[in-house]
Amino acid sequence: MLYREAGQFRTSYAEDQQIFPIRQDRIAITAFLLVAFIAVPLVANEYWLKAILIPFLIFSLAALGLNILTGYAGQLSLGTAGFMAVGAFAAYNFELRLEWMPILLSWILGGLAAALVGILFGLPSLRIKGFYLAVATLAAQFFIVWALTKFPWFSNYSSSGVITAGKIEILGYVFDSPIEKYLLVLTIVVLMALAAKNMVRSETGRAWMAVRDMDVAAEVVGIRMMHTKLLAFAVSSFYCGVAGALYAYAYIGTVEPEGFNLDLSFRILFMIIIGGVGSILGSFLGAAFIILFPIFLNAYADPFAHALGIDLPPGMTSNLELMIFGALIIFFLAVEPHGLARLWQIAKEKLRLWPFPH
Amino acid sequence: MQFFLEVLIGGLLSGVMYSLVALGFVLIFKASGVFNFAQGALVFLAALTTVGLMERGAPGWITGLIAVILLALAFFAVKPRKGAVAARPDWRKAAVLGGIAVASLFIIGKPLPFWVAVAVTLVFMVGVGVATERIVLRPLVNQPPITLFMATIGLTFFLEGLAQAMWGANVRGLDIGIPDEPIPWLMERYDIQVSSFDLAGAGIAAVLVAALALFFNKTRIGRALRAVADDHQAALAVGIPLKQIWAIVWAAAGFVALVAGLLWGARNGVQFALTFVALKALPVLILGGFESIAGAIVGGLIIGASEKLAEVYIGPMVGGGIESWFAYVVALLFLLVRPEGLFGEKHIDRV
Repeated sequence: MLYREAGQFRTSYAEDQQIFPIRQDRIAITAFLLVAFIAVPLVANEYWLKAILIPFLIFSLAALGLNILTGYAGQLSLGTAGFMAVGAFAAYNFELRLEWMPILLSWILGGLAAALVGILFGLPSLRIKGFYLAVATLAAQFFIVWALTKFPWFSNYSSSGVITAGKIEILGYVFDSPIEKYLLVLTIVVLMALAAKNMVRSETGRAWMAVRDMDVAAEVVGIRMMHTKLLAFAVSSFYCGVAGALYAYAYIGTVEPEGFNLDLSFRILFMIIIGGVGSILGSFLGAAFIILFPIFLNAYADPFAHALGIDLPPGMTSNLELMIFGALIIFFLAVEPHGLARLWQIAKEKLRLWPFPH
Repeated sequence: MQFFLEVLIGGLLSGVMYSLVALGFVLIFKASGVFNFAQGALVFLAALTTVGLMERGAPGWITGLIAVILLALAFFAVKPRKGAVAARPDWRKAAVLGGIAVASLFIIGKPLPFWVAVAVTLVFMVGVGVATERIVLRPLVNQPPITLFMATIGLTFFLEGLAQAMWGANVRGLDIGIPDEPIPWLMERYDIQVSSFDLAGAGIAAVLVAALALFFNKTRIGRALRAVADDHQAALAVGIPLKQIWAIVWAAAGFVALVAGLLWGARNGVQFALTFVALKALPVLILGGFESIAGAIVGGLIIGASEKLAEVYIGPMVGGGIESWFAYVVALLFLLVRPEGLFGEKHIDRV
């Protein structure tokens, strides 16, 4: 009753091709953005902004990048954190060595540097696929972290290899408080998410999906394999690189290469598995889940165990977290291989018919 | 020259240890097409369980839980649920499960001698393997391989958490009675240092591979395994019990993980870093090809040797520490020439 496209007629091509063709979707998105941009900064306290909302947005962006590569173009990658590291360190170096460089430009350049590295490590994808490729992307992960640790130039010869991101200043205005940082990150993430949403329904995105579904068939119908696959690697790494730069500048502040380890890559991979492989919305849902879940567990595991009369030994929560994480992933894959995004889709389809059964 | 030989031999022997982990991957991939990322976690779990049993015996709560589950399974084996396929009571299965359950209660809290601990761990690992097949993989049958792969990543997390929840996260030493010293007569005659431990490890690996090769080629179950690996549906059609075969393969992978875990644990200490050893097995795999046991061995030798040589001869030029990624790059470059690995099967894609 509420969610139904009946009666919404499109009278021009522009209307037919807009991002959200259903009016209710447009209203919902607008309302959501209004909440995110206006209501959240008014309500949220510093802890929420700093520890939950900002990392959520940044990880969503990284998950979005991985989703473009794995979900849309079908190339499994285990090197996401490596590409994030490239973005973070490149942005830092641009900012450090070229003083006139505006911060936004250095983030974009950081993303482009990550894209270049992504293309380099995407080259094997032209010859190999599937698991072989997944292992090959591990090479990217280990090599990048090693190179950043080993060559002190990248971290400006700091003794511990740790870099400290400078302050964020755009056109003379300093983004200092958590609210300002949140709004800046939110703007960037929203813009890039919209761009991704558009990209995947364009010719490029359809070519990616054709490659994902069957690359030989895609080649036969005339999709340029090299161009398509490398573009997927480049775009995906660009997103990850920008996410990495934001991670360094807007979230952590001081980062070291080891912070971008394989574990982080896996976390981002889990985000898209739980959220939904091949779905923009899924990247956000998955990131929210993976960020919120450990916080929730840390807050409630001990009291819950106490209520049951068990004393958890120290360190047990993190083990439990690992176990529950693993079990949840298996559960999700078995029950809903398409992730949370699919549940939302099912809900929408149910809503369309409601209140009638068929 | 002597130094070169020493590095080469050391590399080859450590390569054999990589192959040992890679074998576990190959076994499962051959029979079920699942790329089992959790093999490293299995290795870790096996090593930690053995050490933990030697140190302080089985932990009460989890052993009790396992015993209860086993007894329940034994009960259902004798008294099948309504509508179950096997309607006859399976007394043998019930006796085995019940026996294990009762026996497990006797080892709670008692430090065990080495061989008993190994035997108990073997039973445990086989159980974990069978349970994995039953709980994780059977619901995912017919999913795309990537989904199965991700499920095994989830399994990795679960097993790592389980291992540490059961035994704690401390680093422990493991002594399996083989000294880690240079062999004297090689020292005297050729002045080459080769650790007797490495050599023993290579010997154990060789025995294991020979046993697996015999098992695959000469036994009835081995032939069934190869048939399943070749074509699941055809194997089903000629009456090979697919589920049983998969359970056997997972149990075998648990066994290989135990051997690898003992050797690696004795070498480097039983610690969380053992799981990274398994990551090292991946380039071995892609070099050798996922489907080939021989490939796992040869790949291991190549990776082990080239990695050590590179560390010694190229390492100083770029500041060292290249061992962490060199294996991957070797494998990657190799793949550009032969995308299916040394011994992998070439697949022809059809539209």
